Amino acid sequence: MTTSISATEVGLPPAPPEETARRRFTEIVAPYAYIAPFFVLFAVFGLIPLLFTFYVALFDWNPIGEHVFVGLDNFSRLAGDVRFWNAARNTVSIWLLSTVPQLLIALVLAHLLNHVRLRLALFFRMTMLVPYITSVAATAIVFAQMFDRDYGLLNWLLGLMGFEHIDFTQSVVGSHVLIAVMVTWRWFGYTALLYLASLQAVPRAIYEAAAVDGAGGVRQFRHISLPALRPVIVFTIVTSTIGGLQIFTEALLINRGAPNTCGPIRQCQTLTLFLFEQGFTQFKFGYAAAIGVALFVMVVALAGLNYFLSTRIRPVKG
Amino acid sequence: MRTTRPRSGDRVRWWVYALLALAAFACLFPLYWMFIVATTDTATAIKLPPEIVPGGNFFHLAGLVFSTVPFVRSIVNSLIVAGSIGVGQAVLCALAGFAFAKMRFRGRNALFLFVVLTMTVPTQLAIVPQYMIISSLGWVDTLQALIVPGLANAFGIFWMRQHIASAISDEILQAARIDGASTWQVFWRVAFPLVRPAAFVLGLLGFVTAWNDFLWPFVVLKSPEMYTVQIAIKALQNSFNIDLGLAMSGSFLATLPLLVLFVFVGRRMVAGIMNGAFKG
Repeated sequence: MTTSISATEVGLPPAPPEETARRRFTEIVAPYAYIAPFFVLFAVFGLIPLLFTFYVALFDWNPIGEHVFVGLDNFSRLAGDVRFWNAARNTVSIWLLSTVPQLLIALVLAHLLNHVRLRLALFFRMTMLVPYITSVAATAIVFAQMFDRDYGLLNWLLGLMGFEHIDFTQSVVGSHVLIAVMVTWRWFGYTALLYLASLQAVPRAIYEAAAVDGAGGVRQFRHISLPALRPVIVFTIVTSTIGGLQIFTEALLINRGAPNTCGPIRQCQTLTLFLFEQGFTQFKFGYAAAIGVALFVMVVALAGLNYFLSTRIRPVKG
Repeated sequence: MRTTRPRSGDRVRWWVYALLALAAFACLFPLYWMFIVATTDTATAIKLPPEIVPGGNFFHLAGLVFSTVPFVRSIVNSLIVAGSIGVGQAVLCALAGFAFAKMRFRGRNALFLFVVLTMTVPTQLAIVPQYMIISSLGWVDTLQALIVPGLANAFGIFWMRQHIASAISDEILQAARIDGASTWQVFWRVAFPLVRPAAFVLGLLGFVTAWNDFLWPFVVLKSPEMYTVQIAIKALQNSFNIDLGLAMSGSFLATLPLLVLFVFVGRRMVAGIMNGAFKG
């Protein structure tokens, strides 16, 4: 409750004593003014829409603004909607297929990039960031072509090796793998750099001492690198859960024939794509909001569960 | 703690390079392939075995991209949107980060905790009401609908707070204050110049994210003259159902500005990400 603050405990001390009352007032207000833009923007475009989603989900609401209160009808319809459960299954499947390989690849690459005497280190690091600066839209177009059933490079190679062509965009498993490959491609390098940063914070001497004690590369990795990486691994698991459950663009763009459903049998329609279809092509705002609520609950629950599990799993001692 | 004497444990084995080269190849090949198809045409793109050298058809296809959709306009739109967001984030997040790092005010810790917590909230799922708000502001099909929501973000505030707290000593701020500088002058003349590299990287990340954003522009933009490049390449993919050369040409042209930017600032971006806010 101190209004005048002693200079010793403050980064920014009060102005010299010749200040006017007006100036003193602006200095009390200043910090709030400096942080205000974020809070205003977050309120208007983040928090209020989020709360409003829960409200709109209780209505039969169309874009003109006509709305009829229907209570929990949207949710009970959702529970009985096979399209919803299909989208939920697709979302979880694609999320697992993209997150697990991405984090494992990043882990291995970070470990390799952490060699002190590695040549071309900057080249490798920069190259691995190229997918991150490439847009999802461009990625989806080029990957869909490379994975094409008849003319794609990948199927051509499979054919040379004597395998059957795989119909990546039209089959359930194929389309999930294709989307997962795109997500993994985009993020593994970025994630590897985050892991590398944490690894470089570990003093070299610890590795050297372990080597003197006869610990090989694998043991060094398990007992030194992995524990050091735990916080950043937890962070990336949680963020890739939040991102992975919201996949939209890849699914929209790989199936040109039926973009809003990601194919004729909704083989890769994710929940975000289902939300988009209901809200912005069927114009059922209330129903779309209910999907948003369901997805929101799912994201928070799975991100929380991941956080809970990954902070509890410890590397085996010994 | 580096030893001067080479140690056997430090020697990098050949397979380390092999694996890293494989990863680098995987990162670069899709873009190279995009370029191949963008310089030939659809007939070549679907020819097997595939062409592996660029053809001479690039300018023809690029011309077609520019005549099919208002591509120049969409590049300008993307530059306006991504540029405003990059600059906005750099300045507004530095300002808020400065307040959280160096000023004392009631509720500071609670407010900062709130900022950090918002990072975990998936607000993108509230897209229907977000659209309704944009609509009631009369911003549907405008660029400010894309710019304004992105001007400040929680990650940026966290990032700038860390940098300002560690890079700027209290003494230098006190010295400026004793010289009679106002709070704003202390920020703008003393603190901001000292953390300009961090603000630059933050602005860069904001620029890249905004340039590549798809879902929100796809929902908000209606008319082709307002398209950002990402929506323009989606339109290219629509309008010519099987013309891969055209779609790839557009994709390549939409990626090219970022690749050029990356050649100049990639080193700082890598350092920025590695130096990021995720330690502890």
